[in-house]
Amino acid sequence: MEHYNMNLTLKVWKQKNKNQQGHFETFQVKNISSEMSFLEMFDVLNEQLIAEGKEPIAFDHDCREGICGACSMHINGRAHGPWHHTTTCQLHMREYKDGDTIVVEPFRANAFPVIKDLVVDRSGFDRIIQAGGYISVNTGNAVDANALPIEKHDADEAFAAAACIGCGACVAACPNASAMLFTSAKVSHLALLPQGDPERSIRVENMIRQHDKEGFGGCTNIGACEAECPKGISLENIARLNREYIAATFRGGSKNSV
Amino acid sequence: MTLNSKIPSGSLESKWKTYKSTCKLVNPANKRQLEVIVIGTGLAGASAAASLGELGYKVKTFCFQDSPRRAHSIAAQGGINAAKNYQNDGDSTYRLFYDTVKGGDYRAREGNVYRLAEVSANIIDQCVAQGVPFAREYGGLLSNRSFGGTQVQRTFYAAGQTGQQLLIGAYQALERQVALGNVTQYSRHEMLEVVMVDGKARGIIARNLVTGELERHFGHAVLLCSGGYGNVFYLSTNAMGSNVTAAWKAHKKGAFFGNPCFTQIHPTCIPVSGDHQSKLTLMSESLRNDGRIWVPKKQGDNRKPNDIPEEERDYYLERRYPAFGNLVPRDVASRAAKERCDAGYGVGASKQAVYLDYASAIERYGKVEANKLGLENPSKEKITELGKGVVEAKYGNLFEMYEKITGENPYEVPMRIYPAVHYTMGGLWVDYELQTTVPGLYALGEANFSDHGANRLGASALMQGLADGYFVIPYTLGNNLADDIRTKAIPTDHPAFVAAEKEVSDRINKLMSIKGTESVESFHKRLGKIMWDKCGMARNEKGLKEAIEEIKALRKEFWSNVRIPGEINEFNPELDKANRVADFIELGELMCMDALNRNESCGGHFREEYQTEDGEAMRQDDKYMYVAAWEYKGESQFELHKEDLVYDVVHPTQRSYK
Repeated sequence: MEHYNMNLTLKVWKQKNKNQQGHFETFQVKNISSEMSFLEMFDVLNEQLIAEGKEPIAFDHDCREGICGACSMHINGRAHGPWHHTTTCQLHMREYKDGDTIVVEPFRANAFPVIKDLVVDRSGFDRIIQAGGYISVNTGNAVDANALPIEKHDADEAFAAAACIGCGACVAACPNASAMLFTSAKVSHLALLPQGDPERSIRVENMIRQHDKEGFGGCTNIGACEAECPKGISLENIARLNREYIAATFRGGSKNSV
Repeated sequence: MTLNSKIPSGSLESKWKTYKSTCKLVNPANKRQLEVIVIGTGLAGASAAASLGELGYKVKTFCFQDSPRRAHSIAAQGGINAAKNYQNDGDSTYRLFYDTVKGGDYRAREGNVYRLAEVSANIIDQCVAQGVPFAREYGGLLSNRSFGGTQVQRTFYAAGQTGQQLLIGAYQALERQVALGNVTQYSRHEMLEVVMVDGKARGIIARNLVTGELERHFGHAVLLCSGGYGNVFYLSTNAMGSNVTAAWKAHKKGAFFGNPCFTQIHPTCIPVSGDHQSKLTLMSESLRNDGRIWVPKKQGDNRKPNDIPEEERDYYLERRYPAFGNLVPRDVASRAAKERCDAGYGVGASKQAVYLDYASAIERYGKVEANKLGLENPSKEKITELGKGVVEAKYGNLFEMYEKITGENPYEVPMRIYPAVHYTMGGLWVDYELQTTVPGLYALGEANFSDHGANRLGASALMQGLADGYFVIPYTLGNNLADDIRTKAIPTDHPAFVAAEKEVSDRINKLMSIKGTESVESFHKRLGKIMWDKCGMARNEKGLKEAIEEIKALRKEFWSNVRIPGEINEFNPELDKANRVADFIELGELMCMDALNRNESCGGHFREEYQTEDGEAMRQDDKYMYVAAWEYKGESQFELHKEDLVYDVVHPTQRSYK
C-alpha cells in the first residue's frame, strides 16, 4: 500500500466543563501520514497546541487496540467514524485525503454529560450493571467447570453478546439516546447461560428500571445502534430482552425486583 | 533487613493446604469494621475487591480509567492456563508448576508457583459459574488450545478476547458488591501517595482526575493491583495510561522492588510505522502455531515478499531450533528476530521487521479440506480458497486487526512483525502472603514480582492475576488483619494524612511551576528510546552505564524544562501524564542498575557478555540464583538485598530448544 501525507482542517468541539457552553474550534494539521491512527493524528495536533502554548484537546483513550471501550469520538456525524466494526482508535488516516475537513464531537446524550471537550461521563453504564448485570455467585462456591455442559450454539451466542465493550456508541448513534443495545447485550449474555437462569426475571426488570432512571431514551427499533456498534452486537439482543421482560412480568418477577 | 519470604514449611504439596487451615481468621462482625483499599481494577484488583467485599470487608477501589471494566487486563488475547487435564493428555498441578518454573528460567519461587498451579483449576470453575463464555466443543464441554513452552493443551480461551471476558466476569462480581454497599468505587482517580502511620500503610492520597482535587482515604490495609511498568519503554503493548506510579510511590515509602530488569519482549507485534507511533499492537502467540517466520537470505533485499522464491528465504527459527521451530519461547523468538534485523536482513520500509507467513498453512489446510470434500485434482485456486476459509475461522479477528492497522491483506501478503515490550515479570517484592516489605501494603498480579521468574509463559498472566485476587488474598489478608481488629479507623485529619497530602500537592505545584518548553510526551519518548536501545532485548555493561547517566541527565532536564498546560484543579490529562513520566524516569534508572548488577543472561534478561558460542542465553546459577530486591535510599540511591532461591524439587538446567 502506498503511503502519503496530508493536510487537514479539523472542527473540534471544545467545552471547558459540564456547566459551560461548548463550541466548535477550527484547527489545521499538516503532514499527517496515512499510516497514523486517528488518535495519533490527535496526538500530533495536541503536541502542536502545547508547543504554541495552548491547551490540548481532551479525549478518552487507553488501550488503542479496540477493546477497552474508552475512546468515544463522533466523527463527521458517526460514532467512531466511518469504518464498519471499528473503534476510533483503530480508524486509520488512509481513510482521508489531503484537504479534507473532519468534524469531531463528543458522544451526545443527556445521560452522558460532557466532562471536558470530547470526554463524557459514561458511569451510567456501571450503574446499569450494578442493577443486575451479574450472576450472584460468591468466590469459592463453584462446581467443576465441566459439570454442566452448555450447548455450543448457546455458548457462542452468549459470547457474541458478551463482546460488548461498553463504549456507548449505541447511545450516541440512537436518535432517542437509548442504551437498549448495551443493556440487552448483558441481559442476553446471562440469560443464554444456565448459570444465569435463576435471576433472569429480577435481572431484566431491575436493569431496565435503572436504564430509564439514568435518562436513556426508549428503543423504537431504528437500528442505528447495531449499525454503529464496533463489536457487531446484534439487534436480536433487544428482541431477546423484550421477550425476557415480558416473560418476567408473567412470572411475577416484579415482586422480587427492587 | 533480611528478607523473609514466609514460605510455609512442609512438602510442596502441603504448604498452601496447611497455610489455609492454620491461618488466623477474622469473624464477620469484625470484618465489617475493617477497611481495605484496592488500587487498580484489572483481573487482580477486581477479583480481590469483589471477593473481599463478599467476605464483608469495607472495600474502596480506585482506577484511573472511567470505569473499572477498562483496566488493561481487558486486552489479553490468547487464554488462561489451568491444570484441569480435561484433555487427558497428562497434565497435572505438578506439570503446570514445572513448566512455569522452567519457563521462568529458574528465577521464581517454588512455593509460590506451586500454589499458583494448585488454584488454577478453581479459577476456571469460578469463572464459568460467573457466566464467562469460554469456547466450547459441540458436546457442550470446554475447549482447550496449546500455547508456547508446554506439551499439553491446558489453555482455556474465549476466541481472541479471553482477557476481556475474564475481566468482565470479575467486574460484574465487583459491581454486585458495589450495589450491595460493600465496595465503594472511585473511577477517574489516581493514587499518588501511601500514607504511613506507625510504620504501617494506613491509607492513600488520591487525585480526582476530573476536578484535580486531592482526597485522603483511610484503610487498615492497602492492596496495589496496579499492573506492570512496560510503558517505561514508551512504546509497548500496554494501554496508554498503564503506569508504575502506585508501585513507585510504595517503593519510595519502603517497599522493595524485585527484579526490575525482568521485562518480556513479545515476538509477534505489528512493527513501528513511524515517529508518530503511540503504541504497539500484539498479534497473539497462537499465530506461531501455523505461521512460518522468515527473512530474505540476501541482505537488504528490496523485492516484494511474494517475489522472493522459496530457496531465497531463510526460515531462521526452523534453521536454528529444529526441535521447536517457530514455537520456541518468547524470549528466544524475540532475540532471533533482532539478530536477523541487526545483521541487515530485516524487511519493510524500516528494515525492523520479519515476515510471518501463512501461505504454506493456507495450502496445507486447503488440501485437507479438498480431501474432506472428496475433490479430485483441485485447482491451486480452489485449494487456496478452501485454505483461507480455515485460517479465517481460526485467526480471522487477528487478521482483520492487522489489516485495519497496516492496510495490507495478510491472506495475500505475509504479515510483518517485530518484537515489542509486553509484560514485566519484575515488580514489588512480596512474601508468600503477597505482603510487601511495608506492613499492611500488598501487591497482586503483574504489580508484584513473584511467580514468573525471568520469563512468563503465554496464558499465565491472567491465571496469576485471578489466583492472587480470588484465592490467595482472602486468606492471607485475614491472617494479618486478625491482629488489627482493635485498630479503629484513623481519622483523615491525622498528621500523617496531612503531611502526605502536602507532599503530593507540593510536587504537583512544582511540576506546574516549571513552565518549560518541552512536552511531557517528548520526555517520555526520549526515555523510551534510551531504555529500548540500552536496556531492551540485549544489554551490555557499557550501554547500561551510559543509560544510567543519560537518564540522570534526562531527569534533571525534565524537572527544569517540562511544559504542562492547563490548571491543577481541572481535568488535565497532561498533568496526569507528567506525574507518571516523572516516576518512569526514576524507575528506568533502577532497571538499568539491576540489569547491570545481574552479570548473567536468563529469560528476558540478555546480557551480551554472557552467551554461548551460538548466541544462547547463559545463566550463572552459582552467582545469581537470587531475587534482587532493591531498597530506595534517596535520589538515585538504591540498596540491593538478596533473597536466595532454593530449589528443593526442580533441578535447574540450561534450557535448550534445539
